[in-house]
This record gives sequence, structure tokens and C-alpha cells, in this order.
Amino acid sequence: MTTAAGTPTDRSVLPVTERYTLLGWLRRNLFSDLFNSLLTIVAVASIFIVARLILRWAFNTAEWGVIPANFNLIMRGQYPAIEAWRLWLVIYLLGTTVGLVWRLIVGQFNTTARILVAIPLVLMLIPFFSMGTRLYLMITAVASFAGYFIAGYLPIQHRGRAASYFVMAYLVVMLILLRGAGADDGPMPPVQPILWGGLLLSLLLAFFGITLSFPLGVLLALGRQSKLPAIRVMSVIYIEFIRGVPLISLLFMGQIMLQLFLPDGFPLVDRVLRALVAITLFSAAYTAENVRGGLQSIPRGQYEAAQAVGLSTYQSTIHIILPQALRAVIPVLVGQFISLFKDTTLVALVGIFDLLGIARTIIANPDWLGTQQEVFAVIAVLFWIFSYTMSFASRRLERRLGVGQR
Amino acid sequence: MSENASADEIIICQDVCKWFGDFQALKNCTLRVQAQEVVVIIGPSGSGKSTFIRCINRLEEHQAGDIIVDGIPLTRDVRNIEQIRSETGMVFQQFNLFPHLTVLENITLAPIQVRKMKKDEAMDTAMGLLNRVGIPEQADKYPGQLSGGQQQRVAIARSLAMSPKIMLFDEPTSALDPEMIKEVLDVMQELAETGMTMLVVTHEMGFAREVADRIVFMDGGEIMEVGTPEHFFTNAQHERTKLFLSQIL
Repeated sequence: MTTAAGTPTDRSVLPVTERYTLLGWLRRNLFSDLFNSLLTIVAVASIFIVARLILRWAFNTAEWGVIPANFNLIMRGQYPAIEAWRLWLVIYLLGTTVGLVWRLIVGQFNTTARILVAIPLVLMLIPFFSMGTRLYLMITAVASFAGYFIAGYLPIQHRGRAASYFVMAYLVVMLILLRGAGADDGPMPPVQPILWGGLLLSLLLAFFGITLSFPLGVLLALGRQSKLPAIRVMSVIYIEFIRGVPLISLLFMGQIMLQLFLPDGFPLVDRVLRALVAITLFSAAYTAENVRGGLQSIPRGQYEAAQAVGLSTYQSTIHIILPQALRAVIPVLVGQFISLFKDTTLVALVGIFDLLGIARTIIANPDWLGTQQEVFAVIAVLFWIFSYTMSFASRRLERRLGVGQR
Repeated sequence: MSENASADEIIICQDVCKWFGDFQALKNCTLRVQAQEVVVIIGPSGSGKSTFIRCINRLEEHQAGDIIVDGIPLTRDVRNIEQIRSETGMVFQQFNLFPHLTVLENITLAPIQVRKMKKDEAMDTAMGLLNRVGIPEQADKYPGQLSGGQQQRVAIARSLAMSPKIMLFDEPTSALDPEMIKEVLDVMQELAETGMTMLVVTHEMGFAREVADRIVFMDGGEIMEVGTPEHFFTNAQHERTKLFLSQIL
């Protein structure tokens, strides 16, 4: 055995990765032979050219004035400015809920928690924000701290259960705040969902699309595996029908045809709600197929062991099969949820002003002609931020659950 | 059927037949097991040993004949099947522990869910069982962190947590490395000494000779010969039994 292979006695030599200097690293990874050196040069040159073009555009050509001028529109669409305090309240409560749940589930104020609290504080640095906005962002950070702090003093036994109650309570309060209630001149007048728009609407559509389609998809996946032929056939028909139809056609069907299927005299379903129904039904079929993959990866021995200890089919599904199946498909499901988030932009085509719909109204405004590039660049960055956050969170979750390890 | 069953016959199999498609896996298997008896089933692979004991808790469905476990006839009735399963523990060749649950959760799941036991009580019972199988220190680990022998002992503890009257063992040591076989067999022997009714499919002849009250030899889906270990290892009657024993001893 040679020294290079690292005999156990030879401890004075550092591990291979640490033995190189910067120059050594460069030579090894970028200039190891003529071809690789050429590739490196070409790659660096292209990156330089593209980056220079982008930066020159961003700093010299681009008219960024369109963004601050339309910022509220991008964030909340036509949601009345006078009711904007309700949105801020929704955000404060979100901070508090995240703080509470973090204390209950994670239990420690770790790096990720610091990053989360830092988000509103960093946003305060955005130059065109008014002092009011900065103050509200500050309150958001304080609210999340408060949530984390309070949770430490609550006499709670079942932490997981308490956390899910907090989340559910938050969602109810959030919807009430957004939707409003009572008289038009009351303290909290109703705001029709068609007025919700921009980032607010994109996030709401994605969030409720995901949370509603997920249980439906799991049920469909289980239905497809059912021993009862009626349930199995219905699940298969549903899944295969939906997967054979583009989302945009479902959205149009939702807008035009949903009312035809409802009983006479049924109140007119809101257009945003119709879009949400279409998105949910669409996504559920894909969730079902992804979850089915997970179900098929569970060895037969697991079913047999569950039966042998006396668990009923329902109990073994809840406690044995689904936890393992879902864990196995987290990466696929998150991928699907990210694409669902981006697919919500299709609602712009049926006249709903989500992020993309708002972008189209802004560039159609005579005051802001010729600002497509700036507006779409900002929209793209917003989408990227949220998509990447989901993907990052899923990797953390996988690591926490030890996917692929046990 | 049941009127001529004596009071302490806890498993009665009468003319049990099973087919996989056209292939007949069990041919008129008849066996009566007394309470507290240890019966070891041996035979060449493919002889239907595993299929036979898997029929007893309905992991496989038999198509003809009768199976009565502790007075409960095994029929299509789900209530009967669930009752028999909750009185019957089973240990598998591949352990089949639940990989997403800790050792303790593996053991307490069924008592809490099926027997509606209080969580604290179930944990106490589980720790007692882990002590009994000799690995209380592994309680909070996941199955993937244990050796095969330890996993199989956890699997035994998991079955015992339901306080079964009968334990079925389906080749419990066949997937183990040689040095781990003994630790599992010791647990099984200890269990037999406490008076548990056991049906064991195994290739461990030492265990069969020492622990079994009776040995059943199966071949080609039939029960060829039943007798005491003494009878088997000194005075086997059937040609195929002799051939089998000569091959493995």
C-alpha cells in the first residue's frame, strides 16, 4: 500500500481535499489539461459578456421608476388602499404564528430562525419604501419574536397538535381579515376576491391550491390502490381525465361551465374561487400519481407486519404506509408544488389579476409604455425567490426526516 | 368440527388446501397443536412450510379445509380475522420492522392503536419486553441502526407486546449472519420455556431437537410425517424425511 492511498499510520498528511493551495485547486479543477483550460476560458468569457450586458442594462438602461410607482399594485392588486392595514395585520399574525409554531416544533432559535426574522428587517433597506412601510416591517419582526417568546410560556402538552391548531386558527383569521365582513361602511367592509391581486393573490392561489389538492391527491392515490372496484375505477378515470387536459382548459371550463353544474339558485361562485377549484382539481391528479409512486415503493412485508400485529387497514395506512410513502416522495411533491405555484400565472388568461396579470396591466398603462423588461424582470425575481425558498425548505425537511438514510 | 376438539387444542387445521393459480401449494394439511406446545416445521424449500403458517393468521387465504384458532373459525369474516391476528404474533424472515418508527414506537404502536392501551402503560410494557429480549438500551434508536439479530429481537418484542397466545415464526434466523443466530434462538428458547404456544418454520436442527415438542416434516405441500424430535432424528419412517435429514445433518 502506498502513502498516497493513505495508510492508517500516516496521520501527518492532511486529507486530499485540504492539501491543495488555491493555485493547486485552480490547476486541478479548471486547467488540468488543454481542453479543460480552453473550456474554462470560454466559460469565463461568456459569463463575463452576459453579466456585463445584464449589469449595463440594469444600471444604465433600465427605468426602474416603474416599480416603486406600481409597487402596491404588484403586491396586492386592486385591494383598496384604505383597507391595506388588514393585509399588514395578516402579515403580523403570520409572523406570530411562525414564531409560535417554530418554538413548538423546532424548539430552538437556530440559523434558519435567524434568517426568517432577518427577512423583514432586510426588506426595510429597500430604498423606495416609506417610513411607514419600514415601521410595519419592524413590527412584523417584533411580532414573530413575540410569538416565539410567548410559546415558551404556554402550558402545552401535545406540541404538534397545538401547532396545527395555531396554523388552522391563523388561516381562518386570515381569510376573515382578507374577505372582510359586515356593512360596506362598517369597520371591516367586504373586499371581493376579484379585487385581490398581485403577489398576494399568487401566493394565496398557490398556498390553497397546494393544501387543498394534497389531501385530495392522497385519497385518490389510495383509491387507485383500493380493493373495491368502484372506488378504484372512479379514481383512475378522474386521474387519467384530468391528466389528459391542459390546465388552461380546466381554468376556462371553471370560469364558463362550473355554474352549469351547480344547482339552480346557487349563489354565483366568485371567479377567483372558480380558478382555485380548477387549480386544485388539476393538481390533485398529479399529486395522486406521485403519491402512488411512494405507495408502490413500500415493501409487501410492511403491510404484512402491520396486519400481523392486528392493525386494521385504516390504522396501517395512517401509521405505517402513508408516513413512509409520503416521506419517499417529498422531493417529487415539492417539485410539483413549485410548478403549481408557477402555473397559477395561467389565471391571468381568464381575467384574474395575479402577479402576471398585474404585470400585463402595468405595461399596458400609457404612463409606463416600454417598461416590459423591468416589470417582467421583477416578476421573475419574485417567482424565483418563492420557488427557491420552497426547494430550500424541502431539502431541509428531507435532511430532518432522513430521507434516503433509513 | 369443533365438537370433537379437545379443550386445549389451540390450533386446529383440517384438510387445508391452497392453490397459487394452478399450482397447489398445500395439499390436505391436517395438524392439531396443543396449548403451550412448540411445533417445529421443517422441509425443503418450496415445500409449503411458510405458506402453511401464513394461512394460520390469514396472510394467505386457504381455499379448502378448516382452520380454527383458539376456538375462532378462520373465515372471510373480518372480525374473526382481526381477532385471530390480535391473538397471534408473527415473526418474519426479513424482520419487517417499521423503519420510520423508533424501536419503542414499533413495539407500542399496536397496543396503543389496537388494544387502546394508555401510552405510559404501553411504554412500560415495551421496556419490560426489551429487557426480556436483552436490548433495553436500543429503545430510542431506529431499526436501521441495529444489527440483524437485534432487529429480529425487536420484532419478537413487538409481537409479544400484543400478549398473543400463539407465536408464529417464519424462518426467523434465515436472514441473519451466523454469529447472530444464537441470540435470536436463545430468546425463542426462553419464550418456549415460559409456555408460549409456538409454531416455528426453521432450518435450525439444533433448535428443533432441543426445544420442539413435535416436529412436522413437509414436502411438496403435504405434511409427510409428524413426531417427537427423538423419533425424527433416530427413527424417521418416511423415505423423503430420511433423505432430507441426510442432506442437512
